[in-house]
Amino acid sequence: MRVALLVTHIRAEEKLILAAFNNRDISPDIILDRELNFNISQGAEQKAPSGSAWRDYDLVFERCVSTSRGMYALAVLNSWGVRTFNSFETAAICSDKLRTSIALTQHGIPQPHTRVAFTPDSAMQAIEDVEYPAVLKPVTGSWGRLLARVHNRDSAEAILEHRQTLGDYNHHIYYVQEYVDKPGRDIRAFVVGDRTIAAIYRASNHWITNTARGGQATNCPVTEQLNEICLRAAEAVGGGILAIDLLEDAQGNYVVNEINHTMEFRNSSKPTGVDIAQEVIDFVIQQIEVMA
Amino acid sequence: MMTAETPLCPECDADVEIPADAMENELVSCAECGIELEIMRLEPIELELAPEIEEDWGE
Repeated sequence: MRVALLVTHIRAEEKLILAAFNNRDISPDIILDRELNFNISQGAEQKAPSGSAWRDYDLVFERCVSTSRGMYALAVLNSWGVRTFNSFETAAICSDKLRTSIALTQHGIPQPHTRVAFTPDSAMQAIEDVEYPAVLKPVTGSWGRLLARVHNRDSAEAILEHRQTLGDYNHHIYYVQEYVDKPGRDIRAFVVGDRTIAAIYRASNHWITNTARGGQATNCPVTEQLNEICLRAAEAVGGGILAIDLLEDAQGNYVVNEINHTMEFRNSSKPTGVDIAQEVIDFVIQQIEVMA
Repeated sequence: MMTAETPLCPECDADVEIPADAMENELVSCAECGIELEIMRLEPIELELAPEIEEDWGE
C-alpha cells in the first residue's frame, strides 16, 4: 500500500499519524505543500515531488495547516481520480463556515442562529437581528482568530469599521451568529467514518474555548445523543475524518458550531484514553482495502 | 533529550533542544526566546525561523 502524507510541515499530529502508519508497516512519503507544482491538464501520470507518479499512490492523506493549499491540492488530485482523505468536497465545505452552515441547515441539524451580510450597514442589521451579544466570525480561519463577541451597537460599529479596512475580501463577508451562553465549555467530538470515537470538553474562563487558545481538555462521554448529532453533522458535510465542535445551549441541547477537516488532536488522546491517530489510520487503511 | 549536536537558535543564539526522533520539516520551539523554528536538515541540523502564521492556517 502506497501512501503520501501531504503537509505544510510536521507537527505533533503528523508524527503521531506517521507512527500509526508505521505500526501497520506502511511508510508514507512525506510531500510538502510548498513543493507542489501541478500541471492541471497532465493528470496523475505526472510525478509528485517525491519522485513517484501521483497515480501510484493508493491514498494521499492531506494534513496541510494551510487550508487553501490543502483544499486546492485535493481539488486537483480528486479531479485526476487520486483517492484522498478527506475529499475535496468535504474540505471545501468545512473550510468555509458559511458553506458549513448551509449544509447543516439542509440536513436539519441544530446550529446557532446564523446570518450573512456583505456590507457594514447590512452587517449591522444582521447583528441586531440575531440580537446582542452576537458573534462575528471570518468565514475562513481557525484557532479562534479574529472572532468578536459584540455586546452593543457601539462595539458593533467599531468592529465593522475595522473589518472593512482589512484588505482581504474575506473580511467583508460578515458571518454573524447568536452568542450561545454555554456552560464555560464546548465539546469537540472526533468522527471517523461512521463512528464518534472520542470527545473532549474544552473548558475556559474565556468565551473562546479552543485548546489553541488555552482551553483545558477533559474527557466527554460519547452518549447516544452526542453520537447521533455528530454522525448526522459529519454526513451533512460529506463524511470522512472530522472534528465536530458543539455547544450546549441553556436547555442543555447540542448545537453544532463548526466542523474541522484537518483536525488537531494532540491534547485529546490522553484525556479520552483513545489512540486517535491509530483509530484514524486503521479506518483509512480499511477504506483503501475496501475500495481496492 | 539533547542530541550530541545542539544547534543554535537563529533568533537568539540559545541552544535549541532537538528531540531524538526529530524529522525534517518538524516544528520545534526555542525554550529561551519561544520562537517557532523549522528543522530544515537533520545532518547536520539546520534550523530556520518557521513561517509566520497565515490567515488560512488552521484545522
